[in-house]
Amino acid sequence: MSLSVENLRIYYQTLHGDVQALDGVSFSIGDGEIMGLAGESGCGKTTLGYSLIHLAPPKRFVEGCVMLDGEELPIWDNERMVDFRYKKVSIIPQYAMNALNPTRKIGKMTRELLESRRLRYKDYLPELKRRLDLVQLSQDVLDMYPIELSGGMKQRMVMVLSTLLNPSLLIADEITSALDVSTQKAVAEMLVEFRDREFVKSMIVVTHDISILYQIADSILVMYAGKLAEKAPTETIIHSPRHPYTQLLISSLPEVGVKYSEKKLTGIPGSPPMLLNPPTGCRFRDRCPFAFAKCVEEPPFVEVEKDHYVACWKEMPVHD
Amino acid sequence: MRSYFGRKLVIYALTFFLAVTIDWMIPRFMPGNPVQVMLARYGLRADAAQAMLSYYTQAFGLDLPVWQQYLNFWKALFHGDLGISMYLFPTPVIDVIKNAVPYDILLLLPAILLSWFAGNRFGAFAARSKILDNSVLPVGYLLTATPYMWLALLLGWALGIVLGIFPIAGAYDFSLRPAFTWRFISSVLSHWFLPFASLFLVQFGGWAIGMRNMIIYELEADYSHYLEALGAPHRLIRRYAFNNAILPQVTGLALQLGVIVAGALATEIVFSYPGIGYLILQAIQNQDYFLLQGCFLFIIIGVLIANFLIDVAYVLVDPRTRMGMQGETA
Amino acid sequence: MITSKNEFLYFTLRNTKLKVGLVVIVFFLLLTFIGPLLTDYAPMAYVGPGAHPPSAEHWFGTTTFGQDVYTQFVYGLKATFQVGLIGGGLGTLLGLLIGFTAGFRGGIIDEFLNVVTNIVLVLPTLAVLLIIAAYLQVRGVMTESIFIGLTSWPWAARAIRAQTFSLRTRDFVDLARLNGMRPLKIIFTEIAPNMMSYLFMTFILQFGGAILNAATLDFIGLGPTTGISLGLMMNNAVLWSALHLGMWWWFVPPGVAIMMIVGALYIMNVGLDEVFNPKLREI
Repeated sequence: MSLSVENLRIYYQTLHGDVQALDGVSFSIGDGEIMGLAGESGCGKTTLGYSLIHLAPPKRFVEGCVMLDGEELPIWDNERMVDFRYKKVSIIPQYAMNALNPTRKIGKMTRELLESRRLRYKDYLPELKRRLDLVQLSQDVLDMYPIELSGGMKQRMVMVLSTLLNPSLLIADEITSALDVSTQKAVAEMLVEFRDREFVKSMIVVTHDISILYQIADSILVMYAGKLAEKAPTETIIHSPRHPYTQLLISSLPEVGVKYSEKKLTGIPGSPPMLLNPPTGCRFRDRCPFAFAKCVEEPPFVEVEKDHYVACWKEMPVHD
Repeated sequence: MRSYFGRKLVIYALTFFLAVTIDWMIPRFMPGNPVQVMLARYGLRADAAQAMLSYYTQAFGLDLPVWQQYLNFWKALFHGDLGISMYLFPTPVIDVIKNAVPYDILLLLPAILLSWFAGNRFGAFAARSKILDNSVLPVGYLLTATPYMWLALLLGWALGIVLGIFPIAGAYDFSLRPAFTWRFISSVLSHWFLPFASLFLVQFGGWAIGMRNMIIYELEADYSHYLEALGAPHRLIRRYAFNNAILPQVTGLALQLGVIVAGALATEIVFSYPGIGYLILQAIQNQDYFLLQGCFLFIIIGVLIANFLIDVAYVLVDPRTRMGMQGETA
Repeated sequence: MITSKNEFLYFTLRNTKLKVGLVVIVFFLLLTFIGPLLTDYAPMAYVGPGAHPPSAEHWFGTTTFGQDVYTQFVYGLKATFQVGLIGGGLGTLLGLLIGFTAGFRGGIIDEFLNVVTNIVLVLPTLAVLLIIAAYLQVRGVMTESIFIGLTSWPWAARAIRAQTFSLRTRDFVDLARLNGMRPLKIIFTEIAPNMMSYLFMTFILQFGGAILNAATLDFIGLGPTTGISLGLMMNNAVLWSALHLGMWWWFVPPGVAIMMIVGALYIMNVGLDEVFNPKLREI
């Protein structure tokens, strides 16, 4: 197993109390697997993604165990995590377009970053140049200031920079959200290429856009209100989802070529629960068309068929 | 970069033009005749007063048509002729001012530069630790809220009168003549210290507070978070934050010049320090309209030059301006 | 459930900086109103032996001429607050008009207003005031306030312009425009509420700045020709060698008052920033 997460609980400290953003999450990712992490805003996916590399206040580690390549990832310990950051775990953040220091030439910043991590810029320069070519960035970029690059170029630069040290795990956080459709495709394909060329071993692609995941992800993990709803290979999630939330999510996606002049787009009525004092039992209960008596108890996240996990009483192989 | 300086120079030229015009205009359109005011001091008999009036009016060029007075003013300006001081008649204004300027430079240059550098360093340092931050913050705000002349009075009283360490009047001991002797120089320094200190302290507070706020803002920026996520040491992140935070502090210096000038004026008055500030006080008290005009013009020119120098400095520290951007301008 | 209005109140009451600042300001305000009631003297009247240190009779001592310093102090406070209010208010108003117009309309109007703002910014206002004030024979607090307002607006204008720019491009404004709302209505219903907090903070800074400005002007001798103010007290003190004669009671109180009032205003401002800007709040 490349990455395994067990019972991860991360809360946000606020004046009103703890927001239970991530409440007992367990899953694993295999070597070379691209896992999509999907869900609506506020479901905890960015919290999950970011916590695996940098856990800072107001986020608070409550409990859980994360293993990467058989070694424990001490995400609660900021100092020990430094050894893992960039080298074993890396991230392409949501704010990639602003992630570069505006008053430093990009090459200079890269050099200073590498040297601060006790690496020699000269050693990495040839590979850096090769990768710039790969993402179709001119090598002159190293001599420019971020303001001279377009948004897309900056994003690609950050992609190259983040993966330069060939991390085992790459977290890509909403990297296609701010782009137009054709650029989204290019960026998504670049991610796959990084994995295929083994620049990166496994990837977690966090997004609310399932259509991108359909293109590139091997498996998809659907989250809802801080808990896991369903995890399965991509084909299964798209074509035969089991969790009611996933089903509604998939069916609410507009299809290309289909006109919606006759009826409105269906969404899922209602909104996710507040995670300050979350309801007991299944958190989707209030919006679920299939909710029944048992749902006041929290359903466990179990494997219902090979590599297919669901947290739903309806889908339990045996239930009362 | 040309457009950057081009815009600035246009503004400075316009400002200079406006300032000179105001300078020339106001006294001439206010009630009262400066020559009459001056003559009133001498309490002359009516006919003698009349003769003096016409003499001085002509001497000061007040009998010419208005537009001609205006043009003459500009002409004289370019010849370095700022008129004759009435209170120190017949010394030309320019000479009076020339004697005062070195003292101002001696006072202002170190005060401004040192307080800026030290204040910024200190503010950045304070942003690092909570303890330091909590103790520094209120002191900084109090310092920057302190009126210059009051701190001058306080320091003068505490260190000058009560403790008697420093003198509180003049630029050097009245019994000495200017010379390159140690005695003279040390006298100058001891007279210089208190005015310098009060100017330094108030500004220091302001820069420290400003820098602290800017550093905190930069530490919250996306690029700081990215570097942190990639495991960069705090050293590097702080260095980047400092380099970025200093930019608005440079432009801030230009904006503060007017305030600093006012503060210097007040401080010189307290310590009878013979800079332009002190001259202005004399000019006001003696209704010396030409001296006042000359001082005003000098201050304007000084401020404009300082602004320009700061603009040059800004281009040096913000690499983006060399790309043709405007950098941190509003 | 904490609503947003309650939320503001909640944070306001909890914020130390705001509380401390308010306490100081209120204290001095009270002093302004109640202080004169505690004294029988008039500020400029000669009521006692000259140059005496603080005593039971004269709490802040007397000036060289035997005027009661405490009386001058509490009456001077009134002038100080007046200038702060009027001068600061005028500066904020002008800054609002100019900054908002520049930010909202953009284009050539913005360029032009920018040039004007930059010119007034570069001009050392003291120098201009010197020339003007030296020639007005009789000056009152009102005149001084107007001068100060007319020369301190650039700082407010810049800040408000920046804020307007950032608000103008926000989505909710575009939404309103798309819905066909007329510009004036957009200004009042969408932009104004978001500017309110910012405007208030700008006013506080202008208030403090006006007080400092006035103190300096009064000190140099360009302040009001009648009445008394804190700056004027310090002017008189220096004029009559209070420094050399060690009459600290004459010049220390006015300066302390200014320092505390303006300092309190600045600290309140930081507190307000924390209340209005959730990101700065401490847990």
